[in-house]
Amino acid sequence: MESEARSPLQHKTRDRVLTLLSVGALFAFLWYADHHFSPYSIRILNNIAIFIILAVSYNLINGVTGQFSLEPNAFVAVGAYTSALLTLSPEEKIRSFIIEPIVWPLSEISVSFPVSLLCAGLLTALMALLMSIPVFRVRGDYLAIVTLGFGEVIQVVANNLVSITNGPLGLKGLHPHTTLWWSWGFCVLTVFSVVRLVRSSYGRAMQAVREDETAAQAMGINAFRTKTLAFTFSAFFEGVAGGLLAHLITTISPSLFTFFLTFHLLIIIVVGGLGSTTGVVVAAALFTWGGEFLRIVEEPTTIFGYYYEGIPGMRMVILSLLLIVVMLFARRGLMGGKEFSWQALIDWTGRLIALAKRCV
Amino acid sequence: MAGADRLDREAHRTREEVCMSDPLFLVRGLTVEFGGLTALSGLDMEVNPGEIVGLIGPNGAGKTTAFNAITGIVRPSAGRVYFRGTDITHWSPPRIASAGIARTFQSIRLYDDLTVAENVMVASHSAISYTFLEAIVGLGRFSREERRIQEKAERLLDLMGLTEFARERASSLPYGSQRKLEVARALALEPSLLLLDEPVAGMNPAETMEFSNLLRKIREDLDLSIALIEHDMGFVMKICHTITVIDHGIPIARGAPGEIKTNEQVIAAYLGE
Repeated sequence: MESEARSPLQHKTRDRVLTLLSVGALFAFLWYADHHFSPYSIRILNNIAIFIILAVSYNLINGVTGQFSLEPNAFVAVGAYTSALLTLSPEEKIRSFIIEPIVWPLSEISVSFPVSLLCAGLLTALMALLMSIPVFRVRGDYLAIVTLGFGEVIQVVANNLVSITNGPLGLKGLHPHTTLWWSWGFCVLTVFSVVRLVRSSYGRAMQAVREDETAAQAMGINAFRTKTLAFTFSAFFEGVAGGLLAHLITTISPSLFTFFLTFHLLIIIVVGGLGSTTGVVVAAALFTWGGEFLRIVEEPTTIFGYYYEGIPGMRMVILSLLLIVVMLFARRGLMGGKEFSWQALIDWTGRLIALAKRCV
Repeated sequence: MAGADRLDREAHRTREEVCMSDPLFLVRGLTVEFGGLTALSGLDMEVNPGEIVGLIGPNGAGKTTAFNAITGIVRPSAGRVYFRGTDITHWSPPRIASAGIARTFQSIRLYDDLTVAENVMVASHSAISYTFLEAIVGLGRFSREERRIQEKAERLLDLMGLTEFARERASSLPYGSQRKLEVARALALEPSLLLLDEPVAGMNPAETMEFSNLLRKIREDLDLSIALIEHDMGFVMKICHTITVIDHGIPIARGAPGEIKTNEQVIAAYLGE
């Protein structure tokens, strides 16, 4: 009752404070993790951040704007190669490129990690901007096929443009620049930017295009421009995530950016709930962590005296089963297509306490 | 040759008329062909400032096609559409909408998953002046304009009597309210011409009565001109100043409600010969 008496403005302030506090808590946890966790756990935490960036930005075009596209593996590849080529020193490049020497001026350039991430994002965004002209002439299934084709093209290019990408050998010996601070810093920035964008008039226009393109156009919304904005915006963050990924695993090759990466992201955004940014954050974290956690089913163990050999690939079976369960019982995703709000959490906690009191 | 000649003459005549009477909205010889099928043939129509014009005809006569051609959703194969003296014939739908022609749809086309308030707010998008970067940073112009958009939506919802539903999903509204929401959304474009495609379809007599009063009020308050398609003859006769009748894509009569009621061709088209 008390919360109803408050003005919306007070709610806004309260929500902001709570959000700031939880971001603070997140970074306090990261600081602790940085000092006390094993390298393996830190690696998983980095992976989670990168996959949240990827899934949230992919969700902007697929879920919020409703344009079913299948290109993130291409954008990640462009971002990863751009950033990697920019941070390697000239000597390291000469050493790596043994089939064909690297072209000038890439052979001379070497910049710092943050600058390379920014370049990776901008180049990927530029690519998306150019791509959107042909790509958004088609809709629905055709859009999916065209963007899928683009992903394949990028892989062929990465394999064959040897003087730039070093071909199938890939780029090795990158510096492990990606720390928890970089990955989670960009993760928070991505989620913040996407949420702000979706809540603005631009976000409403994107959702209107998803709901009914003809009706959106009839209300003065330029559907092409709206789709292009969503596409370019998500490409920027996918490119940055590519750069972070490259400097986390320190070795990249074309085989890293197959359609399987896109497919993995697609599962995440569907499970999280298409269009729900917070749902996608939760799903990305669960899937990345779960994927590692479930390794135990692939290792030999003894359960209640019964020796279990461990079946390679069993993780994927379990994740697929989970996907089926979600599709059967929560078709609109974990969050039911809604966004997380502090008010909902407070109401929900209140109801839970009331229920507990009644039981006691 | 003869066809080109005719078009030329028509264009000439149209220009003259624009200069002479200066109606807000003018349609001359609008024709739409789908492959071999002529859905609409040579429609003439004009709407003067403050006027309510009706477009009637039996099912499949080409009324909705006319609206779709006017708003740029389908491409007319011939004819011209003028709005405030400007030729808008081949403009894109968003450009036409931003110029000041708003419409509703016969088969309701709301953004189902958005709230009622958001549905109305969407229509303000073409008028915003902040960039997407300002939206992310969220200062200055952004907050000011968002507040303005929200207030406008609240005002329009109040006008259409939908305030109580503001936070609900559009798809959860009852049918009659969905029709009203379509009107509220169209009004958010701040149009000078409103095209209504069967606005009272599925409403009972009391609701229809209420809606026609509302429409008159809106026309006066917002200084609007209205063109509407409707099958409810009582509603059309009561509210419209001029009526155009189409049958099988061909306009057969035009005049004041009294004239249309007694026109033999119109009676034949509706009742069959």
